[in-house]
Amino acid sequence: MRDITVEKITDSVKKLCMDATRFIGDDVLSSLKVAQEGEKWPIAKDILADLITNYEIAASENLPMCQDTGMVYCEVEIGQEVHIVGGTLEKAINDGVALGYTEGYLRKSVVSDPIERINTKNNTPAVITYKIVEGENLKITVAPKGFGSENMSQLKMLKPSDGLEGVKEFVLKVVKEAGPNPCPPIVVGVGIGGTFDRVALLAKQAAIRNVDSFNSKPYYEKLERELLESVNALGIGPQGFGGKTTALKVNIEIFPTHIAGLPVAVNINCHAARHKSVVL
Amino acid sequence: MEIIKLTTPLTAEKVANLKTGDKVLISGVIYTGRDAAHKRMVEQVAKGEKLPFEMEGQIIYYVGPTPTKPGYAFGSGGPTTSYRMDAYTPPLLDLGLKGMIGKGKREPAVIESMKKNGAVYFGAIGGAAALIGKCVKKAEIVAFEDLDSEAVRRLEVEDFPVTVIIDTKGNNLYEIGPAAYLKTV
Ligand code: SF4
Repeated sequence: MRDITVEKITDSVKKLCMDATRFIGDDVLSSLKVAQEGEKWPIAKDILADLITNYEIAASENLPMCQDTGMVYCEVEIGQEVHIVGGTLEKAINDGVALGYTEGYLRKSVVSDPIERINTKNNTPAVITYKIVEGENLKITVAPKGFGSENMSQLKMLKPSDGLEGVKEFVLKVVKEAGPNPCPPIVVGVGIGGTFDRVALLAKQAAIRNVDSFNSKPYYEKLERELLESVNALGIGPQGFGGKTTALKVNIEIFPTHIAGLPVAVNINCHAARHKSVVL
Repeated sequence: MEIIKLTTPLTAEKVANLKTGDKVLISGVIYTGRDAAHKRMVEQVAKGEKLPFEMEGQIIYYVGPTPTKPGYAFGSGGPTTSYRMDAYTPPLLDLGLKGMIGKGKREPAVIESMKKNGAVYFGAIGGAAALIGKCVKKAEIVAFEDLDSEAVRRLEVEDFPVTVIIDTKGNNLYEIGPAAYLKTV
């Protein structure tokens, strides 16, 4: 057994919230630079250059890269030898979110009730998923998710006969319908398989995966590349003003499913594809 | 491409000269407002109450900024998605609102009202919030302080970079831009 205190967890989550909203990952930044060089459409090239500048300013001045500092999606992997001391894990995480968003001058965008809509004033609660794994470590990932892109996400229970073509069609339909709204260039997170709830989670995990990573199965790596090409052939471009760079990456996550089903979910992430992790 | 310098308040002439695709730098006073503030303003219009500012010739920027850090004039503040304001927009255009800054598509009813009233829809770069925040030289809340980041603010901006998405004739960069690009490939 290994003890980890709630104070340590709260402190780490606070820092993750601040870092994730200020410092874009090197994966996104390099991908934007490559895209900027490759763009031939002038307005698209300019927009990508401005986005790169924005990320540089945010990092050097410790400013939030985007005003929508999101709702926190938090993924926790708990080693089964870990013992949390001093309180509950969930409260420790939410305390960290509250501190990070208040002390870090981040926008509080969470309302306590979807119909009543009263702001909780500290951006809590986070949406937390837990996974029990081997070992005595605790891994926490914080991914603040903006809703310009979250609102453009869709889920569909396809028929098995729709097959691969059905999946491709659905992904392209979602990106097309989203058009300029999710601040392209986007990251397209695709979940395939599982159940109604699981496929949405897969899409989220895909949406926050690094843009320089690929699915470990060659078949899906190939599909990621192919879908990226199709998405970028739509011509939507940065901000929807036209151009090659509609998406930086298509990421796919899969799970076994039922004989009668083919669930597909597309979770759109924007270029501000923020996520930071820590292992305690 | 030539960059147009535009100073607020806007007039029918200034607005009529702007074409879809034009790059524009806006200087002067603009006002912020997003979902909750729009809802309240349209309720005020319906009740015949006074609005937080005179709409005539003004620009509304759809933004909910981050809190301002000490030593800064404004927080990070890029545009929010405009379609959520669509239902509230025509009554404000009827009162003389001449410009809106946001991102994303608009409903046909909004575009019709823009054509009728001679107004333009500008796009700021979604996600370029730290960069845009620097164009704001002064910010003060003028209404609905309880709404926090959604309160109506009066901003003094200098060279705020935007692109004309929809002009007074209803030309739409979201249709024209991608179509023109696709012809080149
Ligand atoms: S979609 Fe992303 S980049 Fe655009 S405003 Fe929302 S969080 Fe920012």
